[in-house]
Amino acid sequence: MFYTSLQSGFIGDFHFNWHFANYADAIKLHGDIYVRSLVYAGIVTALALVLAYPVAYWIAFYGGRRKSVFLFLLLLPFFVSFIIRTVQWQFLLADDGLILGPLKRIGLLPENYQVLSSATAVIAGITYNFLPFTALPLYVALERIDKRLVEAGKDLYATRFTTFRKVVWPLALPGVFAAFLLTFVPAVGDYVNAELLGGPSNHMIGNVIQSEFLTNLNYPLAAAMSFILMAALLIGATIYARALGTEDVTSGAVSA
Amino acid sequence: MTMRPENPAVISVSVGEPNVGDSPPPKTPSSKRWTRFILPTYTTLFILYLIIPIVVMIVFAFNTPSGRYNIKWEHASLDAWRNLFSYPDLSTSLKLSLEVAFVATIVATILGTFLGLALGRYRFRGAGAMSFVIFLAIASPEIVLGSSMLSMFVNARVPQGFVTILLAHIMFCISFVAITVRARVAGMDRSLEEAAGDLGADAKTTFIKVTLPIIMPGVIAGALLAFALSIDDFVITNFVAGSSTTFPLWVFGATRQGLPPQVNVMGTLLFTFGILIVGVQLLASRARARGDDKRLAQDKARLLAAQTS
Repeated sequence: MFYTSLQSGFIGDFHFNWHFANYADAIKLHGDIYVRSLVYAGIVTALALVLAYPVAYWIAFYGGRRKSVFLFLLLLPFFVSFIIRTVQWQFLLADDGLILGPLKRIGLLPENYQVLSSATAVIAGITYNFLPFTALPLYVALERIDKRLVEAGKDLYATRFTTFRKVVWPLALPGVFAAFLLTFVPAVGDYVNAELLGGPSNHMIGNVIQSEFLTNLNYPLAAAMSFILMAALLIGATIYARALGTEDVTSGAVSA
Repeated sequence: MTMRPENPAVISVSVGEPNVGDSPPPKTPSSKRWTRFILPTYTTLFILYLIIPIVVMIVFAFNTPSGRYNIKWEHASLDAWRNLFSYPDLSTSLKLSLEVAFVATIVATILGTFLGLALGRYRFRGAGAMSFVIFLAIASPEIVLGSSMLSMFVNARVPQGFVTILLAHIMFCISFVAITVRARVAGMDRSLEEAAGDLGADAKTTFIKVTLPIIMPGVIAGALLAFALSIDDFVITNFVAGSSTTFPLWVFGATRQGLPPQVNVMGTLLFTFGILIVGVQLLASRARARGDDKRLAQDKARLLAAQTS
């Protein structure tokens, strides 16, 4: 089933006739949206890494016996449906919602200020949804570091920053790569956040594929677009997996 | 332990550029006092940020909205809880989600367990390719999986509905089960199975009495993961569902018209059940570990007693 779904899933056309023009169309019509998706996903990944690293670091090094409690808290969002979580953000960020409403009333924000249907909302939403995916591989990598190495760094009169830069950072780098992959790839393909939190000008490639498939029923074009996305990500992911080993990358996702 | 070989290299780097002269060891309490709280506070804020939407969901499950939108807080009541099933479509969609999740979990757990066993145990032709496919199924974006499956079903002329949803869910759950089980198999002591064989057990008995109990925690974890993924899946289901509606699909479709608080209630219930199941599972495994420790200690004591006497 894997094999068929992943390897022979795409036939470029209803009547199979090597119609490569679909691919040209896909790039020509939606090239800018591919770029936008990659840019959004890039910002999301960078943001998520910066936000999650200190947390993973603190839990791994100073979590003590409450480590599993913290991990459990990090995983809590997974117990609520992805859609419901995103819808809650839609409520929270609404123009007159729980966050913007009070700020507007005390005059901190102009009356017509809005977050929804902007790039900020989409990026924030995706970042929120994938933060645990970023935090866990980082934690796994940091957890594995032999704490004696850090002590050795201190014994050798390295400052805490130097110890971090020379010992912790290089050793946890595989975790950063894994986190990058696990955040970036799903973020590129996400369209739920763009649909619920963004406007038409924030649509990502997922929205287009979705509507070509399910609304316009233009299967060939949609398949071509999806294939381009998959091919691009696969090449990236393969290079990654080759360089780092699939065990390392996938174990981060599961070993929570 | 796998890091051993790297140790000397790393240490020698630190030795290579000592900055002994200018920086005192960072143990002075006064400079440490306030910086010590940065990371814990940040972690707390981070976790709060993760939890905010959940809290909002639960709180607004008790709301009594006057209009169609459950956005403004009106007053607390149990109305939505009492009339949980007043939206027939919502109830059917939740029922469909649960059905799919149950069947998909069972099938995916069985298939995935054997796949994980095979991958963790044997070196066979195509094992590498198989691992890579599993990795792909996890690492490629859901939209690619969903659209490729829809293309496949369209090309094979399978009508979209319950069957296609189920097949799709089984497919993406298998890889997660397989990975969880493989991790467990990899850490397993092979000599136990050999011992069973030496004691005259046939392959089937060995599997049921020895292998299965050992990998059981992995199997259960995989099954729980599969269930959670299946019941929550939106993107793939959206592609293959046809006119059927699962719970996430209904919620997504209803956002335009405003969500009734019943959605919050159902979300809260699913959340609570999830937590309870995982909690029970954790307690059970902890109790089991403690039991193992105790038994091990007893065995050791007995052995020691036998040796000394």
